[in-house]
Amino acid sequence: MADLFDWLLALLALALATASVVARDRFPAVVLFIGYGVLVGIIWVRLGAVDVALAEAAIGAGLTGVLLLGAAQRMPARARVRPSLLAPLLAAGTATALMLAADDISRAPGETLGALAMAELDRAGATNPVTAVLLSYRGWDTLLETVVLGVALIAVWALGGDAAWGGRPARRQQVRPAGVLATFGRFLPPVGFVVGIYVVWTGASAPGGAFQGGTVLAAVWLLTLMAALTEPPATGSPALRSLLIAGPALFLLAGLAGSAFGALFGWPPGFEKPTVLAIEFALTASIAVTLGLLVLGPARRPA
Amino acid sequence: MSLFADPFAPLGAILIAVGLAGLVGGPDLIRRLIGFNVAGSGLFLLFGALSGRMRGEPLPTGPDPVPQAMIITGIVVALAATALGVGLARRLETDERPDE
Amino acid sequence: MNELALAILLPTAAALLAIAMGPRARLLAAPVAALSLLIAIRIALDVPAELVLGGFAPPLGIRLRADGMAAAFLLMAALSGGAAALFALSWYGDGAERREPYAFWPLFHSANAAVLAMFLLDDLFSLYVALELVTVAGVGLVLLSGTPAALGAATRYLLFALGGSLAYLVGTALVFAAHGTLDIGLLKGALGPTPGMVVAAAAITLGLLVKSALVPFHVWLPPAHSAAPAPASAILSALVVKGSAYLLLRLWFELFPSLGLEGVLLMLGLLGSAGVLWASALAFRQQHLKRLIAYSTVAQLGYLLLALPLAGGSGPAQPWSAGAWSGAMFQALSHGLAKAAMFLSAGAMMRAAATDRIDALDGIGTALPIASFAFALAALSIMGLPPSGGFLAKYLLLTASFASGQWWWAIPLLGGGLLAAAYVFRPVERLMRPRPADQPPLKPVPRAMEIWPMILALLSIALGLLSLPLFELLQIGNPRAAVEGLG
Repeated sequence: MADLFDWLLALLALALATASVVARDRFPAVVLFIGYGVLVGIIWVRLGAVDVALAEAAIGAGLTGVLLLGAAQRMPARARVRPSLLAPLLAAGTATALMLAADDISRAPGETLGALAMAELDRAGATNPVTAVLLSYRGWDTLLETVVLGVALIAVWALGGDAAWGGRPARRQQVRPAGVLATFGRFLPPVGFVVGIYVVWTGASAPGGAFQGGTVLAAVWLLTLMAALTEPPATGSPALRSLLIAGPALFLLAGLAGSAFGALFGWPPGFEKPTVLAIEFALTASIAVTLGLLVLGPARRPA
Repeated sequence: MSLFADPFAPLGAILIAVGLAGLVGGPDLIRRLIGFNVAGSGLFLLFGALSGRMRGEPLPTGPDPVPQAMIITGIVVALAATALGVGLARRLETDERPDE
Repeated sequence: MNELALAILLPTAAALLAIAMGPRARLLAAPVAALSLLIAIRIALDVPAELVLGGFAPPLGIRLRADGMAAAFLLMAALSGGAAALFALSWYGDGAERREPYAFWPLFHSANAAVLAMFLLDDLFSLYVALELVTVAGVGLVLLSGTPAALGAATRYLLFALGGSLAYLVGTALVFAAHGTLDIGLLKGALGPTPGMVVAAAAITLGLLVKSALVPFHVWLPPAHSAAPAPASAILSALVVKGSAYLLLRLWFELFPSLGLEGVLLMLGLLGSAGVLWASALAFRQQHLKRLIAYSTVAQLGYLLLALPLAGGSGPAQPWSAGAWSGAMFQALSHGLAKAAMFLSAGAMMRAAATDRIDALDGIGTALPIASFAFALAALSIMGLPPSGGFLAKYLLLTASFASGQWWWAIPLLGGGLLAAAYVFRPVERLMRPRPADQPPLKPVPRAMEIWPMILALLSIALGLLSLPLFELLQIGNPRAAVEGLG
C-alpha cells in the first residue's frame, strides 16, 4: 500500500488540474496548470521514473507553461464559459471506462521488458536503460519525434506574415542595467549551460538525456534573450536552419550507416557508446534551438 | 493486484477524463490546449502506473524503461502540438496584424 | 529488407534538407518522387518482407513489415505524392524565398513520410508517433494560405486530431500494460475478450475514426482540405486520411477479431453507410469546387467501413475469396489516385478562374481541356462507373453483400454512386459551357499543371483495367479474417 503522502499528492494534483480546467480567467488557468505539472513531476519520482520526472518538469510543466503564459498574457480578454452537458458526461463515461479497464488489467498485467532491456545493454551504447531505449532499441521513434518538433516549428513560422518572413521573432528587450533580470541574466546562463550539458552527458548512465538537457539549454538561451544579452536570431539565417536539422540529420545518417555494421540503426560493434553520445549531443543542440524558437514564435520584424 | 494499490493509476484515469472535458468544452483554444495537456499527462501517469505493476524482475535502475521512453516521447510530441496550437491561437485572436 | 526503412527515410531526409535549403528545396521534388516510386516497385516485387531495426527484435525493438496490402498502398502513395510534388513545382514557380513555398516543402515531405510510416510500421507506439507527425504536418499545410478561413480550419483540424491521438494512445497504453509488447505481429490473436482489451480496442477505434474523418467525426475535414493549397489538398485527401483508415482496417482484421465484437461490426458498417449518404448529400449542396471535392472524400471513406460486416462474404455468387476486403482495398487505392487528380485539376482551374466557385467555372472546358478531362475521368472512379478502379471496388462490395445475405448494404453502395453522379454533374456541366462575356477572362495556366492530374486520372482507370495483378498483389500475406470473415 502506498503511504499517505502519495494519496495527498494525488489529491492535490487532481485538485490543481480540475481548478485549472474550470478556472474562469486564462492567466490563473495557466498558473494552476504549471503548478499541476510540477506535482506530476514529483509523482514521477515517487513512481521511480526519474528520467520522466525530469522531462515532465522541464517540458511538460516548464516549457508548455511558458508557451501558454505567453499566450495568456498577450490575449487578456476574458473568455465566456459555455455551459455544456457534453463535456461532463464525456468525462464521467471516460473515467468509468478507464477505471474498469485499468482494474481489469491490474489483475492480469503483462510481462515487463526490463530484463530484456538489461540483457541488450552492451549493444545499446548506454547504461541508463531509458536512454538505451530512446537512442537504440526504439531510436526510430526518437528520430521521428525530433522531426515532429522541427516540422511544428516550420508550421509556427508559417503563421507569420509575408512581409516579415525570414526576420526576427521579436525586438531586443529593454532591461534596466541594475535590475533583477539583468543580474539573473549574467549569473544564471553559465550555470544553466553547465547543468544542461551535464544532464545530457550523465544521461548515458544515470537519469538525464538529450531532451531534458536540451530543454535546460533552451531555457538558458531564452533567459539571455529576456535579459537583453543577445538578440533574437533571424529565422532566415542558413546557419540557424542548419543547426535545426543537424541533430535529426546526423541521427538519420548514422542509422543509414548502420547497414554497414549489420542492421539499419545498429551501431558499430565496440563503438556504441561514442556513437550514441555523439548523436545525443547533436540532438541536444537541435532540440535546444528548436524549443527556444518554438517559444519565440514566428518572425515579426524584418531581419 | 488491486487497482488502488497506489493512487496513481486511478488518478491518471480521472485526469484523462478531466482533461478531455477541458478539450471538448473549453471556452477558447488556449483552455482547450490546457485540457489536452492535462489529459496527456494523465494518460502518461496511467500508462506509467500500470506498467509499474507488470510482472517480472524489478530492475536496479527503476521500473520498465520502455514505457518511460515512450512517455518521454509522448511529452515531447504533446509539446510540439501545443506550440502549434498556441501559434494558431495567437494569430487568430490578437488584433495585431502579423506584419507588425 | 532495407528498402522498407528507406521508403520512409527518403522523404524524411527531404523534409530536413528542405528546411535548410530554402528556395532551392524545389530541386528535391523530382528526384524524391522518382526514387519513391522505384522503392515502392522494388518492395512490391519482393513482398512479403520484414525489417527489424537495429537488430533489436520485438518486443524490445521495432519491426517494419510489408505484405501485399502495404505494397499496394505504397505504390499508390508514390504515384499520388509524386504527381502532387511535381504539380507543386509549377504551382509555386521559381524565385526568391517566400513564406508559403518555403514552408510547403518540409511540411509536404514529412506528411508523405508519416503516411508511408503508417503503411509499414508494425508497432502501435511508433504508429502513434507517425500519426502525430502527419497531424502536425497536415495542420501546417492547411494554415499555409493564412486566410481567416484557413486558420479556423487548421485550428479545428488540430483539436479533432489531438482528441483522436489521445484516444489512440489510451488504447495503446492499455494494450502494453496487459501484454508487455506493442508489436502487431506478436499481438495477433493475443487480445482476449476482457474488459480491459475491449476498452482499448474501443479507444483505438475511436481515435482512428476521428482521424479518418468518418461520420460523425467528419466536420473538420471539408474546411481543412478546401483551405489548403491545391497540391496539399491532394495529399491530404488522398494520403493523409488514408493512413489512419488503413490502420483502422489493418487492426480490425489482424488484432481485434479475437475480441469477439461482432455487434460492433454492424455499427461500424452503419456509420460508414451514414457517411456515404450524408456526405454525398452535403457535397451536392456546395457552391465551391474544393469544398465539394472534400465532402466527396468523406463520403468515399465511408465505403471502407463496409468491409467490416461484409468480410468473408464469399459464396457461389463470387468464386474468388476475400471479396469485400479486396473491394475496400480497391476503393482506397483508386480513391487515392482519383481524389488527388480531382484536387490537382481543381487547382489548375482555380489558377485560371481566380476563384473556385462552381458558377465561375464556365468555359474552362475549352481553356483547360486536359485538366477538365482529368477531372471528368477521376469523377468516373468516384461514381463507380466501369472501367475504373472505383467501379471494381463497389462491384466487389456489392457482390459480397448479396452473397452473404446482407443485401441492405447495397443501399449505400448504389445510393452513394447515384449521389456522386449528382454532385459531380454540376461542375462538369459548368466546365462545358461557353464563358459568358460578363465573367472576367481566364488566366493562362502552365500545361505542366494539367498533365499531372491527367496522369493520375488515367491511373485510376488503369486500376480497373489492370485489376488482376493488383488483386493478386493484395492477397499476398492478407489476413485470414479477410477470407474467413470477422464474425
